[in-house]
Amino acid sequence: MIELNTWLCWLSWPFLLAGLFFFLAGTVGLLRFPDAYSRLHAVTKADTLGLGLLVVGLSLRSDSWQSVAQMLLVWLLIMASGATACQLLARYQRDADRVDAKTIQEQPSDGR
Amino acid sequence: MAAEQLFDLTLILLLLGLAGAALHTRSLYTSIVLFIVFGLMLALTWARLGAVDLALAEAAIGAGLIGVMLLAALARSAADSTSQPARVPLSISLLLGVLVLALLIRAIQPLADSNSVLPALVDTHLDESGVSHPVTAVLLNFRAWDTLLELVVLLLALIGVRQLGSSGMALPPTWPLLRAWSRMLAPLTIIVGGYLLWRGSHAPGGAFQAGAVLAAGAVMLRLAGLLPAIRWSRWPVRALMLGGVATFALVAAGTHWMGDGWLNYPPGWSKQLILLIEITATLSIATSLTVLVIGENEHPAP
Amino acid sequence: MTSTLIYLCGGVSLWVLGLHALLVHRNALRRIMAVNVMGSGVFMVMVALASRDSAVDPVLQALVVTGLVVAASATAFTLRLATADPLDEDDQERK
Repeated sequence: MIELNTWLCWLSWPFLLAGLFFFLAGTVGLLRFPDAYSRLHAVTKADTLGLGLLVVGLSLRSDSWQSVAQMLLVWLLIMASGATACQLLARYQRDADRVDAKTIQEQPSDGR
Repeated sequence: MAAEQLFDLTLILLLLGLAGAALHTRSLYTSIVLFIVFGLMLALTWARLGAVDLALAEAAIGAGLIGVMLLAALARSAADSTSQPARVPLSISLLLGVLVLALLIRAIQPLADSNSVLPALVDTHLDESGVSHPVTAVLLNFRAWDTLLELVVLLLALIGVRQLGSSGMALPPTWPLLRAWSRMLAPLTIIVGGYLLWRGSHAPGGAFQAGAVLAAGAVMLRLAGLLPAIRWSRWPVRALMLGGVATFALVAAGTHWMGDGWLNYPPGWSKQLILLIEITATLSIATSLTVLVIGENEHPAP
Repeated sequence: MTSTLIYLCGGVSLWVLGLHALLVHRNALRRIMAVNVMGSGVFMVMVALASRDSAVDPVLQALVVTGLVVAASATAFTLRLATADPLDEDDQERK
């Protein structure tokens, strides 16, 4: 039984490291990408995947099913709210872009 | 040990950096977002320091509700005027800051090693309080006066905001995904709020945390256009808001009349009385915070 | 340097940071945020003091829970006051 636990512990490392990598990648994307849409893309996708991998890794190490279920619930909630928040931000950005485009189109005609 | 202190130091530096950035960033919108992040990191700090009650309250109130209030105020207020000259010259303020910092740190250093008799005192009297979680025992039994007056402060703030008139915050248009997700979250906030309230008697949780979570849920539903306007003129709203203070004051008067003195619960009744106060206080806090954050909006979402 | 001392100094630094911003800035929202940061600093000192022993001090923690709700109420009221000016002008125009 102890052997199984050590095996699971070793098995969890790749998941944890991969999860951290995706978090890092998402953060770098947030800081470096040029516009709002690609930044949103980086943050929501990479972080959701990173969190999922962390949950898998930590589940392999946890002792009770209850904590596994709790972590899974947290992941599901964050996935759903992340998707909603991403849509929210993207919609506002799209509206703002439309307004910008309108003003750019109108400005030359005002000058004439 | 060293690893723990490294974590503490990182957390503090992050907090100081976030606070500094939130207070001095040029764009006011960015600074409000940074302030919300600061609140979330503060909740993490409270959890690290073993104050789970506080972490729950901070995450819901400090980060969530105050953030919504600040953003709503930003939408109402005029354009940011950072170009105006500083009120106090920067050099004088910095000098004063360094001086005060040095004095305060000197004053506070001996406190780190001194001991307090209060934890032991609370421990010995915990059995008589009617609950088994020490923080709840302090809040609703040993220092119930503080809690009563706190509810009065909340009510006063609400009355003050009402006197200034409706904030008239225009609700943004909503769309199906947001509404669907809000509908799914609503029962969850009620379950979590109820669980926190029930849990308060023996573990971290209680009226404030439950009230704050319920208020956050109500604000979300209101912003998604799923809840009708919460108006003072409706009597259930008024009853909910005044219920906490009224019940608390009635219990205080009742215990005085029974001869045990203000808010000294008669033996054997503590648990029931605390439960009664907690339930009404939760509903009161939830309604009051909701109205404080979103106001009594007259224009529902289209 | 113990953890308690780190958090005590951190709380004091937050308070001074808020004080500095309060003195320097003119914008009402920024100054309200500065007061909130000062409040967080005080809370941090209190919570750090509460957890300095192995037995956590519930009295200080309960006071901070109370203080948090009071701070939120005060913030709501001051924010409303800070953004009340345009409405007053409207009222005067109507008269």
